[in-house]
Amino acid sequence: MRLRQLKEFLIENLILISGIISIIIVALIFLFLLKEAIGLFKTVSLWKFISGKNWYPISDPPRFGILSLILGTIFVTLGASIISIPLGIASAIYIAEVAPKSFKEILKAGIELLAAIPSVVLGFIGMNTLVPLVKKTFDLPTGLTAFSGSIMLAFMAMPTIVSIAEDALTAVPKQYKEGAIALGATHWQAIRRVILPAGLSGIVAAIMLGIGRVIGETMAVMMITGNAAVIPHTLLQPVRTLTATIAAEMGETVVGSNHYFALFGIGLTLFIITFLVNLVADIALHRKR
Amino acid sequence: MNPRLSHKIFFFLIFLATILVILPVGLIIAIIIKKGAPALNWEFLTGFPRQGMRAGGIFPAILGTLYLVSGAIFFSLPVGVLSAIYLVEYSRDNFLTRLIKLAIVNLAGVPSVVYGLFGLSLFVIFFKFGSSILAGSLTLGIMILPVIITAAKEALESVPHSFREVSLSLGASKWQMIRKAILPYALPGILTGAILGLGRAAGETAPILFTVAAFYLPRLPRSIFDQVMALPYHLYVLSTQVPNVKQSLTYGTALVLLVLVLIMNLFAIIIRSRFRRKKRW
Amino acid sequence: MVKIETKDLHIWFGQVCALASINLQVFSNEILSIIGPANSGKTTFLRALNRLNDLAITKMKGTLLLDNKDIYKEFDILTLRKKIGMVFALPVPLPMSVFENVSFGPRLHGINSRKRLFEIVEEALSSAFLWDEVKDRLDEPAYNLSGGQQQRLCIARTLANQPEVILFDEPCSGLDPISTAKVEEAMNRLKKNYTIILVTNNTKQAARVSDRVAFFLMGELIEIGDAKNIFTAPSDKRTEDYVAGRFG
Repeated sequence: MRLRQLKEFLIENLILISGIISIIIVALIFLFLLKEAIGLFKTVSLWKFISGKNWYPISDPPRFGILSLILGTIFVTLGASIISIPLGIASAIYIAEVAPKSFKEILKAGIELLAAIPSVVLGFIGMNTLVPLVKKTFDLPTGLTAFSGSIMLAFMAMPTIVSIAEDALTAVPKQYKEGAIALGATHWQAIRRVILPAGLSGIVAAIMLGIGRVIGETMAVMMITGNAAVIPHTLLQPVRTLTATIAAEMGETVVGSNHYFALFGIGLTLFIITFLVNLVADIALHRKR
Repeated sequence: MNPRLSHKIFFFLIFLATILVILPVGLIIAIIIKKGAPALNWEFLTGFPRQGMRAGGIFPAILGTLYLVSGAIFFSLPVGVLSAIYLVEYSRDNFLTRLIKLAIVNLAGVPSVVYGLFGLSLFVIFFKFGSSILAGSLTLGIMILPVIITAAKEALESVPHSFREVSLSLGASKWQMIRKAILPYALPGILTGAILGLGRAAGETAPILFTVAAFYLPRLPRSIFDQVMALPYHLYVLSTQVPNVKQSLTYGTALVLLVLVLIMNLFAIIIRSRFRRKKRW
Repeated sequence: MVKIETKDLHIWFGQVCALASINLQVFSNEILSIIGPANSGKTTFLRALNRLNDLAITKMKGTLLLDNKDIYKEFDILTLRKKIGMVFALPVPLPMSVFENVSFGPRLHGINSRKRLFEIVEEALSSAFLWDEVKDRLDEPAYNLSGGQQQRLCIARTLANQPEVILFDEPCSGLDPISTAKVEEAMNRLKKNYTIILVTNNTKQAARVSDRVAFFLMGELIEIGDAKNIFTAPSDKRTEDYVAGRFG
C-alpha cells in the first residue's frame, strides 16, 4: 500500500510537470533566441538592425539591416493573403453551406491531404511547374519571384483557413439561417446577412492563423522566391524572406560570430511576430464563446 | 440586383473557388506519381547514393527519417499525453490553465525554422549533443508536442464523465481511475494524433537543417550522436544544390517522401474510423 | 442502530445553497427513500455521503457520520468509497466484459487471484439476481446486456466491493416496468445485509420499497418518517401536496 502511494505521488508530480511543459518550452525558446541574439546588439543597435536597408552579412565591414527581409516577408505575405483569404473563405462557405454531403466529404479529405503534403515537396513542385509558368506568362528573366511565392504560400495556408473558417460557420446555430429563410431571404442572403456575421470571430481567427502559417513557412519560400536580399518594388521580382534567410545562411556561419547572432535576431523577430498573430487569433476564437 | 440572380452568381463563384483550391491538390499528387514512379525500384529504395547523389538509392535518407520520427515520438508521446492528462483531469479553470492553453496555441504557431534555431542553441550547442539524431529528434519532438497534446486532450475529453464517477465510486484512486477507466478508451484517439504528428515530423525540413541533417553521408549512423541524411532534406538538396540530377531521381525521392507521409495519415484515418465504429458509449 | 447521521449539513455550489441544515439518521438494514421534486438537493445529499461532490463543492458546513466516525475527517477517501457503494441513474457498464465489470472494484483493491475473483463475481451477480441470466455470458461485452440487466450488473459491481451502505441515485429512471420490478426486488432482498439509501422521483416506487421516507424541497428536509405515515398522514402540507402529485 505504501509503495502504491509512493508510485502515485511520483506519477502525479510527473503529470504536473508535464502540464506546464508548454509554458516552459515557450519560455526556453524565447530565452535561448534572446541569449544568442543579444550578442549582435553590442555592435549593432536594435533600430539599425530593423531599419537598415542592407543585408551584407559576410562583406567587410558586414551590414546587418533586415528591412529588405522584412519587406520581402510582407510582400509575400500580402500577396498570399490577397489570394488565399477570399478563396479560402469562399471554399469554407461552399463546404459548410452548399456542398452535398458526399461531395463535402471528398472536399474535406482533399483539404486534409493538402495539409499533409510536406512543404519541401510543394516547394519542389512549385519550382518545376509554377516558376517556369510565371516566367513565361510575364516574360520575366526569372520566375523565382515574390508572386510565385505568394501563390504557393496561399495554397499552403488554405488548409488552415478553410478548416477553421468551416468549423466557425458550421457552429452557427441552424435556427439563425432558418429564421432568415423563413422571412423570405435567399440562401445567399442568409449566408451574407446572418451566418457570416455570426461566424465572424472564427473567420478572423482562421485568417490570422493562416497568415501566421504564411509568415513562418520556410522551405517552399526559400525554393521559389529567388532569395535576393534587396528592397522589393513589385511582386514580380525576387525577394528574400526572414525565414529563408535563416534557413539558407545558418549552415555557413561560425557559431558566436555576428552573422550567427544576427540570424538569431531574425529568429527572435519571427517568434515575436508569430506570437502576436497567434495571440490575436486566440482572442478572436475565445470571444466567440 | 435581383436576389435570385445574385444568389446564383455567388453560389457559382464559391463553387469555382473551391474547385480552384482542390484541383491543384490532385494535380500535384498526379504529377509526382507519374514522374516519380519510374524511378522506384529495389535498388532505389535499398541502395546508397552514388556519383555525388546523381545515381543509386536513397536508403540512408529513408532510414534517417525513420530514426528521427521514432526519436521524436519517443519523447513527445509520453510528455504530450501526461500534459493532456493534467489539462483534462487535474487543472482547474484558473489563470495557470489559461496560460498553458495559450502556450500550446503559441507553440503550434512557432515557425519551423525557429524550432531549428532553438534546437541548435539548446541541444546542439548548450547541451553539447552536436549535430546528431538526438538533437534532431528532440527538436522535432518539441515541434509536434502541441499536435499530440491537442489530440490527446480531445481523446481524453471524449471519454464519458460517468466512467470517472463509476471508478471513483468503486474506490479507485485518481491515478487508478485514469489508467483503468480513461486511458484505455482514449488510446485510439491518442494514437491517431500521434501518427498525424509523426507524419508532420517526417516531412519537416527546417527544424533538422542545423540540428542533424547531413548533406551527404553514404553510411548508416552508429549511435544517436551521429548525423543522418533525411528524406525531406535530401529532396531539398537534390532539387536546389546538386546540378544535373536526373529528374526521375528527384521525383522519385519526392514520391517516397509523399507516400511515407500519406501512409501515416491513412493509418491514422483507419484507426479513427475503426474506433468510431466499435465505440458504443 | 444508527448507520449514517448528518448534523446541520449545509452545502453551497458557488453562491447557490444546495442543502440547508439537513439533520437525519439512517438506520442499519433499512431502505430510506429520499423523494422530492427536481433540484431539491436529493442527489447532492447522496453524493456528499461518498464524497463524490468534493471537487464541485465550494463550501460545506456541518457533520456527516458513518458508524459515528466523521466521513470527511476520519476516513481514508478510498476506504470510505469502498464502504459506501453507489449505483447511478443510468446504467454505466464500462466497455469491458461482464466478468471484468463486476471484478473491477476488487481488482482495484489488489485482489488478483482468478479463483477468488470468480467467487466474488458469482456471489455479487447472485445477490443482484443476475447470475442465472449471465452465467454463460461472463466474457461477453457488458454492452450486450439489456438495459435492465446492465443496471443489475452495476448493482453487482457495487456489491463486489462488499460495501456496508449502498446509495441508489434514481436507479430505475431509464428502465421499463419489468426491469424496474427486478431491480426493486433486488433492493428488497439486499437490505438484509446492507443499508440502502434510495433517491427517486417516483413516489410510487418509494412507497413500494422503503421502510422510511425523507421529503426534500429546495435544499431543505421537510419531513422524515415511516413510509406508511408519509404517504397516508404526512404532517406537513407540502409533503401532502407532493405525494398527492399536486406539484413536482
